[in-house]
Amino acid sequence: MKARIHVFYRDGVFDPQGNTVEESLKRMGFSKVKHLRIGRVIDLEIDYPSKEEAKRDLNKMCEKLLANPVIESYKHEILDT
Amino acid sequence: MSTKITDTSPSTLELAKLLGISGVEYQHVCQSLERVPNYAELSIFSAMFSEHCSYKSSKKFFKRFPTTGKRVLQGPGENAGILDIGLGWAVAFKMESHNHPSFIEPYQGAATGMGGILRDVFTMGARPIASMNALCFGTLDFERTSSIVKGVVKGIGDYGNCVGVPNIAGQTLFHSCYNRNPLVNAFTLGVVRSNEIYRGTAQGIGNAVVYLGAKTGRDGVHGATMASKEFSSEKELERPTVQVGDPFTEKLLLEATLEAMQKGLIVGIQDMGAAGLTSSSFEMAYRAKSGLEIDLDKIPTREPEMAAFELLLSESQERMLLVTQPEKVEALKGVFEKWDLHAEEIGKVVSGNRVKMLKGSQVVVDLPVELVTEPLMAERPSSPPVDLKQRWFLDRNRMLVAPLNAKFQSLMEELNFGNPEPLITQYDSMVGNRTVGGAQDDAGVIRVRDMGQDEVRLALKTDCNPRVSWLWPREGGRRAVAECAINLALKGAEPIGITDCLNFGSPENPEVMWQFSESIEGISESCEALKIPVISGNVSFYNDTDGKPIYPTPMIGMVGIIDDKLPLPKSNFYSTQLDLALIGPAEGGLGGSLMASSWFKRECGQPEETDLALLERMMKFLQRLRKKRISYGAHDISDGGLICSLLEMVFQSPHDCTGVELLVPSGVDLDRFLFGETIPRIVLAFDSVERGDIENLASQAGVAFTQLGQTNDSSQLVIRQGGAQILVSKIPDLKASWNQRWNKFFK
Amino acid sequence: MKAGVITFPGSNCDDDVVDSLKRIGGFEVEKLWHKDTPNLDSFSLIVLPGGFSYGDYLRCGAMAARSPIMEKVIDFAHRGGFVLGICNGFQILCESGLLPGALVRNLNLNFICKDILVSVNDSDSPWTKMIEPHSHLRLPIAHGEGRYIIDEPGYEELVNNGQILFTYSENPNGSTHDIAGICNKTKNVFGLMPHPERATDLRSQDGMKIWNSLKSYLGCPS
Repeated sequence: MKARIHVFYRDGVFDPQGNTVEESLKRMGFSKVKHLRIGRVIDLEIDYPSKEEAKRDLNKMCEKLLANPVIESYKHEILDT
Repeated sequence: MSTKITDTSPSTLELAKLLGISGVEYQHVCQSLERVPNYAELSIFSAMFSEHCSYKSSKKFFKRFPTTGKRVLQGPGENAGILDIGLGWAVAFKMESHNHPSFIEPYQGAATGMGGILRDVFTMGARPIASMNALCFGTLDFERTSSIVKGVVKGIGDYGNCVGVPNIAGQTLFHSCYNRNPLVNAFTLGVVRSNEIYRGTAQGIGNAVVYLGAKTGRDGVHGATMASKEFSSEKELERPTVQVGDPFTEKLLLEATLEAMQKGLIVGIQDMGAAGLTSSSFEMAYRAKSGLEIDLDKIPTREPEMAAFELLLSESQERMLLVTQPEKVEALKGVFEKWDLHAEEIGKVVSGNRVKMLKGSQVVVDLPVELVTEPLMAERPSSPPVDLKQRWFLDRNRMLVAPLNAKFQSLMEELNFGNPEPLITQYDSMVGNRTVGGAQDDAGVIRVRDMGQDEVRLALKTDCNPRVSWLWPREGGRRAVAECAINLALKGAEPIGITDCLNFGSPENPEVMWQFSESIEGISESCEALKIPVISGNVSFYNDTDGKPIYPTPMIGMVGIIDDKLPLPKSNFYSTQLDLALIGPAEGGLGGSLMASSWFKRECGQPEETDLALLERMMKFLQRLRKKRISYGAHDISDGGLICSLLEMVFQSPHDCTGVELLVPSGVDLDRFLFGETIPRIVLAFDSVERGDIENLASQAGVAFTQLGQTNDSSQLVIRQGGAQILVSKIPDLKASWNQRWNKFFK
Repeated sequence: MKAGVITFPGSNCDDDVVDSLKRIGGFEVEKLWHKDTPNLDSFSLIVLPGGFSYGDYLRCGAMAARSPIMEKVIDFAHRGGFVLGICNGFQILCESGLLPGALVRNLNLNFICKDILVSVNDSDSPWTKMIEPHSHLRLPIAHGEGRYIIDEPGYEELVNNGQILFTYSENPNGSTHDIAGICNKTKNVFGLMPHPERATDLRSQDGMKIWNSLKSYLGCPS
């Protein structure tokens, strides 16, 4: 089983990197870029009997390590192979 | 809070109390205004009356500090203090705390702390050229300590490195009283031409008020009030929006601001720090005795539909407020655009003493400046702890009967005895090409290379001993200044000024207020004796967890000037054939020593008072050694006493085989000789041919000289008393565990 | 001899390089702005200094490599002009394609600032001609993303062409084959992680050996 986790800054938390890259794209002429945020993608190979159990643990992994709940939000998906 | 409340809703006493405003304060506001403040206005009072912004519990004590001197160009009360260093140049410096945010989110908390102190310095027109950090962490029994250490160090490094300000010295210590309340105190020094100093004033009726830098979001709204509240374990879960630092934008702000100043485009400028736009606007108006009109709709925002109170209290980072002549606004914007920064004219300076703010053509704030900036002072009861005598009891007999080896081993296992290298190599200590020495040294030394052909060298040091401060706050204050002074003198520097960062528990606790006033007394006594002014400072109260205050931690940052370009004195055993001597009293006090804490597992004993007259003589002695060009390695004796000083000098030796033979002088108390921590005492290492000269100079200066033994190539520490070996230890083993001790935080 | 030092937004060793070049002597130094597109014909040397251009966001050096002045620098380099990239400047040179390979996060994931020893691999270059082959220089490093990586065929090409000028005596960041600094095939473009401009008069003077090599090659008055 494969899973993918996306971690982004929570809404309202300033993303300096995203902001700088957005400005750079605009300066390079991509004026249609309206908003850009940068996050992380984490791919996992896991072995769980069910998707539900996998998701429960993925939540825990995010809460405990992969995301910083003070400033980041996360979502995850089970990738069908 | 109910969502029905809008900016212009009339406030109530209940609401005021919810925002931390006392009944007396609220009544005072209503009476002065002859009306009830609205919610936006109430938010302003809530921030500005907070301890963090108002200094309402501490202000009256600052009168005690000596703040004048021939070098002082700007004393306390501005963004940073300024001292003349000659040749038409000056230095601006200050130290600030970012304790509470660093507990909530260590990385961002420490990073934004760096950002704030850098802005405080460059808003004075000074280019930041050196930083130091004083960090107090909890111990390993608290599960979060490692991640706090790691986050704070990375936060400081990433921010300072990116902006390009070298971190050249500092102090790191561990104690369980900081478990849930780490201290992150950041010091920055900048250089400025003495006739091009800028201040945070909104001068000149009709002048434009300009907003500069990052857009405003809802970051840290009500942050200033957070810093004024104690943390309780339950509240740990209640996390406010954390501010995220952007060192890249900070670097652009720094360059753009200095360029605009050089072009004469700025009248006054201030960082939007704690309480953001509120504090910067009211304080700038207050200093200039003028009024302001600000259109809140013109503030660049990052999030939609922000209310006035949010715009006023936002603590989004990397923003500044400045004032300039209307005809210069376009040129000013031009400079900022060059640096890809946005500047927006948001209002003007007006006559009178009121600050008016508009939103959607409606006046949402209309307040007299003084009502906001001159809050009611708090009268806090103060009393010494009832158990002071018990704290001062040190069970000397229990120590005397213990074998030397056991005491030595106990000290060698102390968390506080560790090599700081794993931390300091994460900070760029050399960017700017000004760093002469530091990082691993007693004090950091930089050259000011900004003055054309000429060059001035400065030495910097931070210090505090919380163990001593808890046992005897007055001595703690005295000692923090004295230790900085002796460390600067070891590098050949003459102290010229200090900044302080006073970290204490809740001012509502009478013992804390006693600790506070006594610490200030101690700092002042040392400063007066050494003729060093206090030129800036910061207070951080409410450093408690679950009602227990941290140890009083009056952190001192000192700057000294080196008036020659001789090579810096070493602080290690640079050869395996050196004579060793102890300068100062042969014995030191055990009260408050690291040894006592290590042995009894608690702080105990009455610390011995620092002999300030002796300190002065010792500083003169060091000056004379230098003038005579006698080369030496010297290190002061502090935490862990003589034995730890000697070992630190061995560990920094360039030769792996360096060993020490230490001779115990006859008639001394062994514990007090080896482990005592009275200030000032120093270890001096020198070539044996210099011995006669050094002894003469010591006797002329009136400081005791005691022969201690020699270095050798045995890679062993051997202590001899009356011909007998009383302790033998392998230095490579001691060094390995010293090296490893702080490494574990970064694994 | 004219040397140009480029300031990108976030460069923080630009003034250090200017200051050092003045101390070293022999160069007339001009600061250049990343948004400009000046004619570089009159320059003998262009320096891309250290720092954190664009905050190191996205990838180190990525956005700076796409700034207007870099087109001019690339053209200048292709015509044989001397280009030196230090630290972040090295990262920009790799991102711009003037040098092969890439620089990524240090193996221990931490920023590292300390003096290290590099060994001089090749004295047959304008940058090292005055340095004894296989001697050591003490130079400061200060970087978080200084691990140079290149694939094995690329590495062999570097070796065969004598492009690896410096290797670490004790590898601080995990770089491929201990690489600390490389030049292009024609040896007029040189990038390195250590900071020679921080080793001209304080603590170590070993950086002077690099500057003196270049000056001698260019026929610069000392």
